[in-house]
Amino acid sequence: MADEVSTNPPQLRVVLAKLGFDGHDRGIKIVARILRDAGMEVIYLGLRQSYKNVVNAVEQEDADAIGLSMHNASHMTLAPKMVAALAEAGLEVPVVVGGIVPDEDIEPLLEKGVAAILGPGASAEEVAQTIRDAVASMRAETSQA
Amino acid sequence: MSLRGLSPADIFERALAGERHALGRLITFVERDAAEAEIVAEMAHTRAGNAHVIGITGSPGSGKSTLTGQLVKLLGEAGKRAAVLAVDPSSPLTGGAILGDRVRMEDVASPDTFIRSMATRGHQGGLSLAVPGVVRLLDATGYDPIVIETVGVGQVEVDIAGTADTTVVVATPGMGDSVQANKAGLLELADLFVVNKADRPGASDVRRDLELMLDLSHLSGHDQRTGMRPEIVMTTALSGEGAPEMWDAIERHFTTIADNGQLTERRINRDVAEVRNRLMADLESRIDVMLTGNSLSGVAEVLDAVAGRSLSPTAAATQLAARISDL
Amino acid sequence: MSDPAPDQARAAWQEAYDSTKLRDVPFETMSGVPVDALYGEGPYPGQYPYTRGLHAAGYRSRLWTMRMFAGFGTAEDTNARFKELLRSGGGGLSTAFDMPTLMGRDSDHDWALGEVGHCGVAVDTLADMEDLFADIDLSSVSTSMTINGPAAMIMAMYIAVGENTGVERAQLAGTIQNDILKEYQAQKEYIFPPRPSMRIITDMMKFTSAEMPKWHPISISGYHIREAGSNAAQELAFTLANGFAYVEAAVASGLDVDDFAPRLSFFFNSHSDFFEEIGKFRAARRIWARWMKERYGAKDPKSMMMKFHTQTAGVSLTAQQAEINIGRVAIQALAGALGGTQSLHTDAYDEAMALPTENAARIALRTQQIVAHETGVTNVIDPLGGAPFVEWMTDEMERRAEEVFAHLLDIGNDSILEGAYAGIENGYFVGEIADAAYRFEREVNEGKRIIVGVNEFTEGDDGERNLLRIGAEVEDYQLKRLNGVKQRRDGDAVTRVLERLKTEAADPEINLMPTMIEAVKTFATEGEIVAALEEEFGTYVEKVFL
Repeated sequence: MADEVSTNPPQLRVVLAKLGFDGHDRGIKIVARILRDAGMEVIYLGLRQSYKNVVNAVEQEDADAIGLSMHNASHMTLAPKMVAALAEAGLEVPVVVGGIVPDEDIEPLLEKGVAAILGPGASAEEVAQTIRDAVASMRAETSQA
Repeated sequence: MSLRGLSPADIFERALAGERHALGRLITFVERDAAEAEIVAEMAHTRAGNAHVIGITGSPGSGKSTLTGQLVKLLGEAGKRAAVLAVDPSSPLTGGAILGDRVRMEDVASPDTFIRSMATRGHQGGLSLAVPGVVRLLDATGYDPIVIETVGVGQVEVDIAGTADTTVVVATPGMGDSVQANKAGLLELADLFVVNKADRPGASDVRRDLELMLDLSHLSGHDQRTGMRPEIVMTTALSGEGAPEMWDAIERHFTTIADNGQLTERRINRDVAEVRNRLMADLESRIDVMLTGNSLSGVAEVLDAVAGRSLSPTAAATQLAARISDL
Repeated sequence: MSDPAPDQARAAWQEAYDSTKLRDVPFETMSGVPVDALYGEGPYPGQYPYTRGLHAAGYRSRLWTMRMFAGFGTAEDTNARFKELLRSGGGGLSTAFDMPTLMGRDSDHDWALGEVGHCGVAVDTLADMEDLFADIDLSSVSTSMTINGPAAMIMAMYIAVGENTGVERAQLAGTIQNDILKEYQAQKEYIFPPRPSMRIITDMMKFTSAEMPKWHPISISGYHIREAGSNAAQELAFTLANGFAYVEAAVASGLDVDDFAPRLSFFFNSHSDFFEEIGKFRAARRIWARWMKERYGAKDPKSMMMKFHTQTAGVSLTAQQAEINIGRVAIQALAGALGGTQSLHTDAYDEAMALPTENAARIALRTQQIVAHETGVTNVIDPLGGAPFVEWMTDEMERRAEEVFAHLLDIGNDSILEGAYAGIENGYFVGEIADAAYRFEREVNEGKRIIVGVNEFTEGDDGERNLLRIGAEVEDYQLKRLNGVKQRRDGDAVTRVLERLKTEAADPEINLMPTMIEAVKTFATEGEIVAALEEEFGTYVEKVFL
């Protein structure tokens, strides 16, 4: 039985959330469907989530990745705080930021531990592949150490 | 804390100590039916058997997840350490799923509540294997009660709700729910009916229909096993009205079956059903391997003989059945 | 024509046209060919059901208002800009608020970090509102305020500023957006659950009907529904349905339809599918007129005349090759003009990334000036009226909207208001919008739909994505200011008035506005008032529908 199941790649579980006041959810809802259609299980938290809510979801749902959607200028404050909150909880889960992030902020965000950034206009395949890659490189990292 | 490099037994210890990510990981093992699952099941089974398992099912849009949220809120306020298993269908096309039930529940639940979303993952029977395993884990790690919420559409989902100690069927006005309940066999399954959206026109009609159907069923609606007639509770999940009455009714049911021995019997049946499901799944996969692979010599010849009309399918099955244990 | 006396209708139009003062410009083509005011047949402009426009002379008498929405930083920054605008002859002030204010939270809320003063002005207390309108005579200006969830508190502050400076509330003129239904459906800036929110809105409608004759207590906005991903027909249908819902709520609270309906106004999106947009605008006027007259029994023609503001589609702007957005905005602005809008905001080409730069905002204004003064489309009233495709599109938009109304009546037991509540609760609106958005996205992704610069014609993008930033000084300043106000005020008075507000909130018979005005006068913060009301009303948490 166990052998049979493990021949299929394990189904990725992804938590999707928006932090803070920002209420633009057109993008995150599209991403939810893209990931579902790429065969993933999306735990959709939606709008106005706290760091604690996201941490809770990652723990209880044993998520493989987190997608944060950001459409205000608050990505520079909120995304690194999310990364820190995960680290504090001992969760080794990649954070992928999607939405509106200006070029000059990409490097600083990556340095602060964000796994990847998806801009507007990323294709469905890019979105799904970015999540898969982020999970794979996090696994490689954690199995090495 | 990081779960990196830990054995399943270590993770189990952590889960017992209350670490929620550890429990989350164990559930993943069970859900994926990974190699670790068997070890975990072994450790969990000896510690389980304490929690009151409640199944809540109803048609989509019946407000059952809001109702579950209200129930969880009450339980939190009563100082109980509750867990919720929210089961939603996977997309039959892609196998993916969007699970969105946590938000409203987490918003009202006490911080001690454990909520896990689960997709049906297509494969028939997979769910009926995974859910008891997950419930066992939640039970073993001290969660009580455990609420399983499923959409009452597919047979598998209905069966899962039906394996609970107390099964609650949610109906709403204007959706033909009372008729649906009858068709889907939910009437026999229900230990308790909840008419949600009781503030809507037609709510009392739904109640009347349910009463009527209970009157018409065997022994005037009294469950053959328990001698109880399912109660009907009216709720308005959005405002939380009726939720305390629903919880009281659930507890009444539980006390009654605990006192009259039904509970023990139900749980024995549940375990036997699980063993049976597990055996069936095992058999099924062996049969698949036997018929589609080349791992067993002589099988291809038998099948050829059937195709060549020199051996009947019945005789072929008898021959092959003897060899299942070789796999 | 359905009109039994077409000649009479034509004569009536002619009479109305002749008695209108026209703009002093030559109504002829660039080459000097004179053009008539009107071509085609009735129902004529200015006549029920107003498909061809609200006024007999259309843009020949008056162009649309070129209203540009702006504002960020502190109240004092915005005040300086207001005064500059007033000095240069403008009479209308348009106020944008920052995200914490829009959400009914104070600048010291956990999530406010990085948002204070960012997309608009931060208003925590009456002190900020006083700064915002310092040295401006509120009896001589018209103020538009884009805010929804906490609209009652902001309106209360505006009234208080007026009274403190000797301006009676009856003299205050302006509009507050206050369209809460679309928040649950699209923009998601809600605070309380739908029914208590609607109670506050009916309180405001009653209060303004009785005491503020120059105030527009609601602007029903489809713009955000479209931005959230709906298609044109959904934007039209949901927005008008929301309009009907407010009418039903107001009537149920005891108002006469003709007492408030003339002061309702609308706000639409203008996207890139040219004829679809024009059909949408024309259908909107016709549907509103018919429903107001036939279903809601309006007698005053003004109750049947839909006035609307239009903004070009922010969602259509691309980050790639941002300059080409100027072309999109021009086409969308032209559609707004041909659809007969009363006012127009044109987006800046660099808005896909963040707040517009000054240069881009200027180009946007110039773009609509070109449409108004160079293209000649303002010389003829409803120039596309009678064109078979345009009339078909208008009918088709109406037909699709009527399907939605029928559905809402069905799930709402013959009430659009109840249908709106039910549709919010069961995810109908968000589901429809998300489906439409996903469908569009997939078509772009699969290359079935070309978006210039995104999936075709991509060469020429410099890859730069720049963003105008607001310094952290604004946030520091605002936090100090809020702290100072809290220390200076009479804390007991604040507690007392908030207690009373809570008690009144529990009694639906009491109008909350008078106590709300008292509360802001004690310098209770917006966040404190919201929190007090939340204790009674609860906080809305969206159920997830995908």
